[in-house]
Amino acid sequence: MAEGLLTGTLGNQGSVPVVEIPAGLAGPGQFGNRELSRTGHTRWIRICHWIMTVSVLTLAFSGFFILMAHPRLYWGAVGNDLTPALLELPISRNFRHSGWEPSIPFYADAGSPVSAVRTYDILNENSWGRSLHFLAAWILVVTAAVYVLSGIFTGHARRHLVPRFGELAPRLLWQDLIGHLRLHIQPTTGGPPYGLLQKCAYFAVVFVALPLMIFTGLAMSPTIAAAYPILRDVFGETQSLRTIHFFVFVVLILFLVVHLLMVIMSGFKRQLRAMTFGN
Amino acid sequence: MNKKQVITSRRTFITGLASAGGLLLAGCSKTLPPTYGNVLRMGDVLTYKAHRLLLPTQSLVKEYTHREISSIVAIGTTDPADPRQPAFNAANGAIYDRLRSGGFSDWRLSIEGRVARPGSYSLADLKRFPSRTQITKHTCEEGWSAIAEWTGVPLRTVLESAGILPTARFVNFHPFDDQPDGIDMLDALHPQTILAYGMNGRDLPVPHGAPVRVRVETQMGYKSLKYLQRIVVADEFDDLGKFGALQNGWSWYAGI
Repeated sequence: MAEGLLTGTLGNQGSVPVVEIPAGLAGPGQFGNRELSRTGHTRWIRICHWIMTVSVLTLAFSGFFILMAHPRLYWGAVGNDLTPALLELPISRNFRHSGWEPSIPFYADAGSPVSAVRTYDILNENSWGRSLHFLAAWILVVTAAVYVLSGIFTGHARRHLVPRFGELAPRLLWQDLIGHLRLHIQPTTGGPPYGLLQKCAYFAVVFVALPLMIFTGLAMSPTIAAAYPILRDVFGETQSLRTIHFFVFVVLILFLVVHLLMVIMSGFKRQLRAMTFGN
Repeated sequence: MNKKQVITSRRTFITGLASAGGLLLAGCSKTLPPTYGNVLRMGDVLTYKAHRLLLPTQSLVKEYTHREISSIVAIGTTDPADPRQPAFNAANGAIYDRLRSGGFSDWRLSIEGRVARPGSYSLADLKRFPSRTQITKHTCEEGWSAIAEWTGVPLRTVLESAGILPTARFVNFHPFDDQPDGIDMLDALHPQTILAYGMNGRDLPVPHGAPVRVRVETQMGYKSLKYLQRIVVADEFDDLGKFGALQNGWSWYAGI
């Protein structure tokens, strides 16, 4: 998921920034010929990529079913059908269902919290949905850990994923963006080096979105939140976590769509071969 | 020929794997929920084992202030005497109806199984134990959450008064509806696991489990069983048959 799509170099900008970087920023002998040489994806990247692809798709599928059971999002610790929602999604027959007995207040004062009995038979596939979600999450967490650690220790992350300081000039970003919008996508070379926006996208997915998904997911667990309240303090309370989890999911789906589009436009067969067989 | 050989060796391999798995299962079947060979249940067991191995035990869940008490929906069985409800049990439903019309004064909670002094406790008996009041968050597997104040007696207090035998590992709850479920001894002895008879400063309402429900604050809401009738302490894991969570396709452990 994280790696190797969006691989077309854009117009003539893709590799230019590498050349433009002042020697001082690069560090002695860290890249140079090696950076410019076109290398295929290494084996551990290919294996991790496909395992993560399967687990992320499974997570998206099961996560969507889980969301269908209660298609309402909230902020804070509390959120249910008797409290106001931040967002209601018309994605199942549970959306705004009216199967409720009249509300009964707990206290005499106005504005008292209330309770109501649900009479509606909701759609709920969470028995397998939740277990499948957590199984896929286990696989993703283990693979992502291998991927990130290997990426850091082999220098792959530093060489190919982290945008260099000199690259992040607004002019270069703008040029790359315009290149993408004009769909000037060059045929793939079957691996790194990557274009500027491409690097930014991979970096954001690997080092921001995936960790955010994992930590907001973990912090929703009552057992884990009890053991490590710091997770709740950093990322927020249950319903905020659930809402963040949902919006990062949306971002990842957008990434997936653009990623696939770029793979197709830069040579679908070639890309698939490069990410599967490494050449 | 070649293909046949591959198949044979694959079959041998699978047989070997299955028997190894069988041995493994036989070794664990009494202390872990069964997987029935289902890959989802294997993931559930992995989560359960990982939580028990990696997390500090008996951490307390957050307790909230009175001001933070929220509205809360009542779902699942909301009246065990109502034959239209999915988990309705005719015999128990009739008993429940009779007990309710008597204000639950004849209700008894039976504590059975691996305890030194099996017996039954009336509502008044439970209220004579030192009580605990906690304002906690109920998190439902469906995705919603609510904060309420629960008053009751720690399950630990009741179990210890009945005398937990040293080999006991699980505590199973049998309610008036057909939805029995259980927890391990670690959660049963958790200081915030209580047998609640009060909610938001009044008697526990019928839709929320009257007269007594268990609150398992470290797990999802569906483990906090309502309408308790019997508590059975056990040495070995019991999936509680066709009405138990496991045979209905749900994870037995719901700490996540």
